[in-house]
Amino acid sequence: MNFPILSSLILLPLIGSLFLLFSKDKNSNTGKYVALFTSFVNFLISLYLWYQFDPTTSSFQFVEDREWLKGFVNYKVGVDGISILFIILTSLITPLCIISVNNTVKYRLRDFLIAILIMECLMIGVFCSLDLVIFYLFFEAGLIPMFLIIGIWGGTRRVYSAFKFFLYTLLGSVLMLIAIISIYWISGTTDVTQLYEIGIDTKYQNLLWLAFFSSFAVKTPMWPVHTWLPDAHVEAPTAGSVLLAAILLKMAGYGFIRFSLGLFPVASELFTPLVYVLSLIAIVYTSLVALMQEDMKKLIAYSSVAHMGFVTLGIFTITQQGIEGSIVQMISHGLVSAALFLCVGVVYDRMHSRLIATYGGLVSVMPKYSILFMLFTLAALGLPGTSGFIGEFLILMGAFKDNFLVAVIASLGVIFGAAYMLWLYRRVVFGEVINKDLLKMPDLDNSEKFILWCLAIPVLFFGFYPEPIINTIEISVKDLIEMYNFNLNMYMPEVKIND
Amino acid sequence: MINLNFILPEIFISLSIMFLLLLGVFKKNSSDIVHNLSVVSLIITGVLIYNNSSNQNISLFNGGFVVDQLSSFMKILTILGGAFVLSISTKYLKIFKIFLIEYPVLILSSILGMMVMISSNDLMVFYIGLELQSLALYVLASFNRDQLKSSESGLKYFVLSALSSGLLLYGCSLIYGFSGSTNFDVIGDTMSASHYGLTFGIVFILVGLAFKISAVPFHMWAPDVYEGSPTVVTLFFAIVPKVAALTVFIRFLYIPFVNMIEQWQPILIFLSIASMIFGAIAAIGQNNLKRLIAYSSIGHMGYALAGLSTGSNEGIQGSIVYITIYLFMNLAFFCCLLMLKRNDEYFETVDDLSGLSKNHPILSLSLLVILFSLAGIPPLAGFFAKFYVFKAVIEQSMYFLAIVGLLSTVIAAFYYLKIIKVIYFDGEKESYDNDHNIWLKMSLTFSTLLILLYFIFPSQLVEIVSRINIL
Repeated sequence: MNFPILSSLILLPLIGSLFLLFSKDKNSNTGKYVALFTSFVNFLISLYLWYQFDPTTSSFQFVEDREWLKGFVNYKVGVDGISILFIILTSLITPLCIISVNNTVKYRLRDFLIAILIMECLMIGVFCSLDLVIFYLFFEAGLIPMFLIIGIWGGTRRVYSAFKFFLYTLLGSVLMLIAIISIYWISGTTDVTQLYEIGIDTKYQNLLWLAFFSSFAVKTPMWPVHTWLPDAHVEAPTAGSVLLAAILLKMAGYGFIRFSLGLFPVASELFTPLVYVLSLIAIVYTSLVALMQEDMKKLIAYSSVAHMGFVTLGIFTITQQGIEGSIVQMISHGLVSAALFLCVGVVYDRMHSRLIATYGGLVSVMPKYSILFMLFTLAALGLPGTSGFIGEFLILMGAFKDNFLVAVIASLGVIFGAAYMLWLYRRVVFGEVINKDLLKMPDLDNSEKFILWCLAIPVLFFGFYPEPIINTIEISVKDLIEMYNFNLNMYMPEVKIND
Repeated sequence: MINLNFILPEIFISLSIMFLLLLGVFKKNSSDIVHNLSVVSLIITGVLIYNNSSNQNISLFNGGFVVDQLSSFMKILTILGGAFVLSISTKYLKIFKIFLIEYPVLILSSILGMMVMISSNDLMVFYIGLELQSLALYVLASFNRDQLKSSESGLKYFVLSALSSGLLLYGCSLIYGFSGSTNFDVIGDTMSASHYGLTFGIVFILVGLAFKISAVPFHMWAPDVYEGSPTVVTLFFAIVPKVAALTVFIRFLYIPFVNMIEQWQPILIFLSIASMIFGAIAAIGQNNLKRLIAYSSIGHMGYALAGLSTGSNEGIQGSIVYITIYLFMNLAFFCCLLMLKRNDEYFETVDDLSGLSKNHPILSLSLLVILFSLAGIPPLAGFFAKFYVFKAVIEQSMYFLAIVGLLSTVIAAFYYLKIIKVIYFDGEKESYDNDHNIWLKMSLTFSTLLILLYFIFPSQLVEIVSRINIL
C-alpha cells in the first residue's frame, strides 16, 4: 500500500477549500457543489479505507512516516481499529453539514464552507496522527475555524460563546503541550508506536496523565469544565453544532483511549476513581440539568455531556466491553446528536426560536419530521434496536464487571436520559397546537429528508447489527487492554513500594 | 590588513552612509534616490555578510570584535528588517511630508550601530555600537517633529535611554574594576572567584539591556514611544533593535559569565515571567494598535528571554528562532497597519478595524493569520517559535517557567482574539484605500505566507540556527 491514502484524506478538503478561496462568487451554489464534491469524495475514500482495512491485527495500518522536524518529530499517520471509525464518522458528517447549510447560513457562504472543509482536514488529522506533536497540532488548530464558525455565523451571544470555547480549550491544551514536550525529554521520542514499546517512566506518569487529562476533560467535556459546551452549542449555527457534537467531542474520548490508557497505564489505574466520580456526576447532574432546560439546543447539549460521561466511564472500566461500548457510544452519539441538532435546526429555520415552549403539536403539522425526530429521540435514550442501546449496554456491562455501585448509579442516568428526551419530544411534538404560526410550517424538504435519513439508516443498521463496528475494533481494543495490563504488572510492584 | 576583509560589511555600510548623506546634501530633491540607494546598499551589505560567514570564529582588534555564525545570522536578520522597513515606509513618509534624506541615513547608521553591537566581544565596542544605534533611534522617534506626540516620544526615549545607558556604563566599569579587562574572553578567563562586584556589574548591565528590549520592569518607555513615533519608525523599533540587544544578551551572558549562571539565571527568569504576564495583561485594555503591539512585544520578549535563561545551546537557539519568527510576524502586522489609510489619513485603533472582513477580505485574512500566529496557535509560525523555546525550557526541567509562560499565552490569546472579533464579528465601517505601494503589498504577502506555510518546512530555519553554538 504505497499510495498515501491517509494524507490524501487530510489534504483533499484543504485543496477543496483552496479552490473555494480563489473562486470569485461568494454566495452562489457553485462553491457549495465544490465543497460537497470534495467532502463526498473524501467519504468514498474513507469507505475504501475501511474496505481495505485488516481487522485481524491491532498494528497500525496505512502508515506514512515522513521527516518533518528534523531528528525530532516525524509526520507519522496511520490507523488502527480504534481510529478508523472516527475517520469514517468525520467524513460522513461533513458532507451532511455542507448540505444542511442551504437553509441555515444566510451570508458569507463561501467562507463558511472553507471553514467546514478546514475543520474536516484537521479532524481527520487528529484521528490518524501517530505522533504526539502532530496530534497536538491538529487538535489545537481546530480551534481557529471553530472560533470563526461560532463567532461569525452564530446567534446573539456568539462572541461570548466563541471566546469561552476558545479560551477554555486553549487553557486545557497548553498543559498537554508541556506534557508532550516533557515526554520527549523523558523518553526521547514523541512517536506513539515507539512510546507504546518503550513506556514512560512511572514516576512522571501521574503528572503527565493529569496534564493530558486537563486537555481532554475540557474537550470531552467532563463536569465541572463542561460549561463552555452549552454556550457554544446554543450560539453556533446548526452545522457548527453538528460538527462540535458529532466529532470535536470525540477527539477527547479518542485521546483518552489512545494516550491516557496507552501511555500512562499506572496513572490511569490510579486516577480511575477520579474519572468514575466525575463521569457519574456528569451523568446524573447534567441529566437533571437537562430536564430543566427550556432551550432545545441547550437540552441536547447537556445530554451530550451526560452521554460523554458514559463514554469516559466505559473507557476507564478498562474492560473489553467497556472500551468497545465507549467507541460504539461515541460513534452512535456522533450520529444521533448530529441528527438531533439538525432536527432542532429544521424547526429553528422555520420559526427562529429554540424555546421548547414555542412548539407543541408538531405531529399534526410535520408528520415526517415527527417520525424522524422520534427515531433519534429513542436512539438518544438508548432504545434496543438503535445504536445508542449497544453502546450504553456494553458500557454498563463493563462497569458491572468493574464496580457494582458505579454501574448502578450510571444506570440511573439511563432513566434520567429517557425522562428528559421523552419529555422534550412530548412537549415539542405532541399536544395541541397552541402557537398558530406553527400551522404555516412546511414539512421536511428533500435535502433535510436526505440528511436525516443518511443518519437514521446507520443508527438503525448498527442497532440491529453492530458486527461491522465490533469486528473492526475488537482486536485493537483487546491488544490495548493486554498491553495495559502487561505494563501495569510490570510497574505495579514499584508503585506499591512508593505507596 | 587581511583582517579588514571580515569587517567589510561594516566598512561598506559606513561609506554608504557618508556617501548618501553627501548626495542628499548637495543634490536637491534627492530623497527618492537616497531612499532607493539605501535599500540597495543594505542588500549589498547583506550579501557581503553572507559571503563572509564561515564556520570558524574570527576575532579582530585584539578580540574585541568577532565574526561568527551568531553574528552573521543576526546581522542578516537586522539588515532584512531594516530593508523591509525602508521599502515600505515611503508612502507613509510622503503623506506626513517627512520624506527626507535623513530618514534612510539614520536607519542605516542605527543598523551600523547594531552590527557593531552584534559582533562586539568587548564592553567598550559594545557600548560604542549601542550609543550609535540609540542616538539614531532618538532622532527617528521624533522624526515627525511637527507632531507633539512624536517629539514627546523622542524626548522620553532619550531621557530614559540615557539613564539606562548610564547604568549600563556603570556596570561596565564595575566589571572592569573587578576583572581587570573589558574583553569578554579575558573576563571569562580571569574570573576565578565570583565577586559581589561582578554580580553588581552583571545586574547593572542586565538592567540596561532589559531596557533596550523593553522587558518588565524596564518597559515603561515602550508604549508611549511606540504610540508617539511615526508608524514606520515604530515598526523599526519593534523588530530591529531587539535582534541586536538579544545578541548582546547572548554574548554577554554566555561568554564571560557562563560560570556565574546561578547568579544571573534567577534575574532572567524573573524578567521573563514578569514580561510574559505583564505583557499579556496590560495589552487587554488597549485600544490603540501601536500601544497594543508595544505590550505584545513586551510579552514576546519574555518568551525570548525564557529561552536565554535556560543556560543551554538549545535555549539560545530557541530564542534566536523566536526572534526571527517574531520579526516576520511584527513586520506583517505593521504592513496591515500601514494599509489602514483613508484619504491620506492613517487609522490606528482597534475600533477602526471594525468589520474589516467585509470590505477587505484578503487584508483581514492576513490579519487573522498574523494574530493567531502572534497568539501562538498551531499550525502557524508563532506556535513553532514558542514550541522551540519551551522545548529548551522543559529540557532543563524549568517547569514553573514553562507553565507560567504557556498560561500567559492563554491570557494573551484573549486580546488577540478581541482584535479578530472586531475584524470578523463586528459591523462594518467605511472601506479603506486600496492604492498601496507595491513593496508594501509584497512585504505583507511574503511575510504572511511565511507565517502561514512555515509548518510545511519547519526544520529549515532550525537547521540554520542550529549551527550557532555558543557554549
